[in-house]
Amino acid sequence: MKALVLTSVLGIFAMISEIIGLKKILWYVVVLGLAGIFCLTVGDWNLSDTHFYGMMSFDNYAVLFTGLLLLLALLWFFITRETYEAGEFNQGDQYALILFSLVGGIVLSSYTNLAMLFLGIEILSIPMYILAGSNKKDLSSNEASLKYFMMGAFATGILLFGIALIYGATGSFSLHHIAAYAANHPDGLPTIFYTGMLLILIGLGFKVSAVPFHFWAPDVYQGAPTVITAFMATLVKTSAFAGFYRLFHDSMGTGNPHFYSTIATISAVTILIGNILAISQTNAKRMLAYSGVAQAGYMLLTFLIMNEQSTIALLFYLGSYSIATLCAFAVLNTVSRARGSEDFDAFNSLGKSHPLLALIMTISMLSLAGIPPAVGFFSKFYLFATLLNTGTEGSIWLVSIAIIGSLISVYYYFKLIMAMYAKEGDIKTYQVTMVYKTVLVLMTAAIILLGITPGMIIDKF
Amino acid sequence: MITASLIFLPLIAGLIIYAVKDEQAKYFALFASLTEFIIALVALSTFTISSNAQFELNVAWVESMGIHFHVGMDGISLLLALLTAFLVPLIILTAFRHNYSNNRLFYSLMLIMQSALIGVFVSYDAFLFYIFWELALIPIYFISLLWGGQEKLKVTFKFFVYTLVGSLFMLLGIIYLYLQTPNHSFELADFYALQLGKEEQVFIFWAFFLAFAIKMPVFPFHTWQPDTYTSSPAQGTMLLSGIMLKMGVYGAIRWMIPIVPIAMDAPWCGTLAVVLAVVGIIYASVIALMQKDFKRMIAYVSMAHVGVIAAGVFTSNIDALQGAVFQMLSHGVTVVGLFFVIDILLDRTKSTQISTLGGIRSVAPQFALYFIIILFGSIALPLTSGFVGEFLLFVGLFKFSVSVTGGMWLAAIAALSIIFGAAYMLSSYQKIMLGSINSVTSSFKDLVLTEKAVLVPIVLVIIWMGVYPKFFLEISEPAVKSITDHIINYTSLK
Repeated sequence: MKALVLTSVLGIFAMISEIIGLKKILWYVVVLGLAGIFCLTVGDWNLSDTHFYGMMSFDNYAVLFTGLLLLLALLWFFITRETYEAGEFNQGDQYALILFSLVGGIVLSSYTNLAMLFLGIEILSIPMYILAGSNKKDLSSNEASLKYFMMGAFATGILLFGIALIYGATGSFSLHHIAAYAANHPDGLPTIFYTGMLLILIGLGFKVSAVPFHFWAPDVYQGAPTVITAFMATLVKTSAFAGFYRLFHDSMGTGNPHFYSTIATISAVTILIGNILAISQTNAKRMLAYSGVAQAGYMLLTFLIMNEQSTIALLFYLGSYSIATLCAFAVLNTVSRARGSEDFDAFNSLGKSHPLLALIMTISMLSLAGIPPAVGFFSKFYLFATLLNTGTEGSIWLVSIAIIGSLISVYYYFKLIMAMYAKEGDIKTYQVTMVYKTVLVLMTAAIILLGITPGMIIDKF
Repeated sequence: MITASLIFLPLIAGLIIYAVKDEQAKYFALFASLTEFIIALVALSTFTISSNAQFELNVAWVESMGIHFHVGMDGISLLLALLTAFLVPLIILTAFRHNYSNNRLFYSLMLIMQSALIGVFVSYDAFLFYIFWELALIPIYFISLLWGGQEKLKVTFKFFVYTLVGSLFMLLGIIYLYLQTPNHSFELADFYALQLGKEEQVFIFWAFFLAFAIKMPVFPFHTWQPDTYTSSPAQGTMLLSGIMLKMGVYGAIRWMIPIVPIAMDAPWCGTLAVVLAVVGIIYASVIALMQKDFKRMIAYVSMAHVGVIAAGVFTSNIDALQGAVFQMLSHGVTVVGLFFVIDILLDRTKSTQISTLGGIRSVAPQFALYFIIILFGSIALPLTSGFVGEFLLFVGLFKFSVSVTGGMWLAAIAALSIIFGAAYMLSSYQKIMLGSINSVTSSFKDLVLTEKAVLVPIVLVIIWMGVYPKFFLEISEPAVKSITDHIINYTSLK
């Protein structure tokens, strides 16, 4: 709860920082603030306090995902600092919008009422619509903003419709009432309940860019400024997953047989289509967009399990995906600023000109592809083991599809690695600051370290 | 503790090598790998011959998942760890003549690779085994990618994807076995204790077989191999052929046969695997006959020899398994020797085309001597290491073949094609080394000191293993016997 209020305050401070002339220290205030909020959030472990007449509950689930979001936000502020220092964008405005979006994410991880789910999604999305178009003079950035807004509004409409139908069936917005209602009707729920859930599922599909609702993602990712894309690909995705997983977990209970085949199909198709479409990309940013689509398919697999372990599996997967993706976008941002292109060719011979950046990119690609010892391997392994452990019929096929998907993904992730190490290109070096390097090295070290000792996280629960 | 230090010493050395000056990296790497070899020798001298795993270390790693860092060595593991520790310093020595663009990275990758290889051979936990198995792939991929020859992009990528396909399905199999164990563990002993039904065994067999067959490689999963061998730098080829493909054979002996003994007897699993291996022997021998390039020829001859090992392993009887372990050592040593000979040829003459060479013996008699001994080892002449291993393997293969209809032919054809291969190798030796010198070979310099330092140990080991094989066979026998006993108990229980 403190996290929600304090992050909002931080956002307001960012907004007025320019007026009160504190723009110089804005970055420090935000970073220290977020670090403080992170510590306070960790302190909320096992407290489970409820607010706003039971509409929000800051339980352990909320602590976990809020903690992850804050951590990722902190990393984002570190790796994007240079871009903002260079004055490419209005720092105060953008920081405020980013922080408000983060507030939406915190709401999504702690709501217990469908009205708050809707509010959370809106608070998360509206700043992103603006930020996607923040490269005002760039046509594709404008296109991204418009497309994102149209698609987002459409998805929210469907989501709202679904919420209304659920309300019609159960007479309540509260997740607990809905869960109790579902438990009281073991031999079948009214059709409008299922319809409502299905519509919510479609809204979810849009937000996490699952196939067949993924069409906006590549264009928006490519058009938006790279720093914003990095935020979208990691924090927004994490928030959306936190929100929807909570909905399905709390209101449908464990097992959740009603939508098993639907979600299973969406996951399988998302994994396959996302990976296959990524193969033919020549633009690294677009490739990362499709990779994000495919990775969403893996995360959706946790919706089929719905137990303690799957929550950890989702958290771990989101964390490992986000850290690797942030690293990749950080390197991409540096390369595209220096070489003026986001194509694979821009990475040629980066291994010679900037061995460190190339190494960081390589490790993040290995992690995304799920190759040990990077943490991406363990998150996939844990997810597969958890899914197979449910023993549901078809889980072995789903895991097989997921494995085939990982194999396909190796192709495009390695295209980047091969470009960096084995192709000739521009070997002019450019300056990268020490702080920036240190942060990236620490993040990469975390990828390896968590990959080697996943017990540090997994064994705690 | 010894086992753990065998794993971690090269890993740590591979990381701190960046603190050394680039020109000094090779001396540091050599020093580290020699230290590793000494530790392996200490392990050998304190090893008591029994079927138990020794020098064990078992600590919880990811407790909630039942994953343990469990390493130890029985006879088989010890011999393979010894092989790795023996070959890596030699391979590092062979690189001394070259000056690579980034020495530290090159040697660092080699040392990390060594750590992963040893890890594969000593793991007693399936998860740990899998991690090392995959970890071994990354350094060799980068060695081939960064210092490889023509078409390296395509070739290395094919290699990487091929081996990854196999390992991912093995991962599926491992998770499946893990979920079957009563206490959810990855422990080797728990996997052995499983009583799986026939259908489950068939499924597990294919999940594991694919991984091991690609790594060895067994026909028809071999297509990555010749290109990768040709395009990799010499040291990469040596690592691949000398040590890495033993991972596949070792994996089959340790992680497949004892877990799925019923599937090993089934016609569409174990028997098919033997047939594929034999087809691979014939296929590789025939193709080796056609090769005009000596390096490619050795790649195919090596594939034929590994086919014999594979065929023996899949028959899962004690003679063949003993032969397989022995032949892994012998093949590792001889093939590294052969590829080094090729590297020397390439270095001096810039050519490995057999037709362009000739008469080298008259200008480089020492080189000719070492070359012929290694060649004898490779074609299994009595009193060399190859003879003992292949003899045992063929004994096992013939024992197996009497139990299968038409099996006699299978074993006979396999044995014959090996002889043909040998004949062709001898004739290429004749073309390369004998005859009259020409413009390419006239300025051929005889061996220098570092080259001798590599070839002398190799030749000595080849002869030692051929004259006194008992030393090695004794070490592996109890471990192999415990595996075959397990299989016999298992099948009699059913």
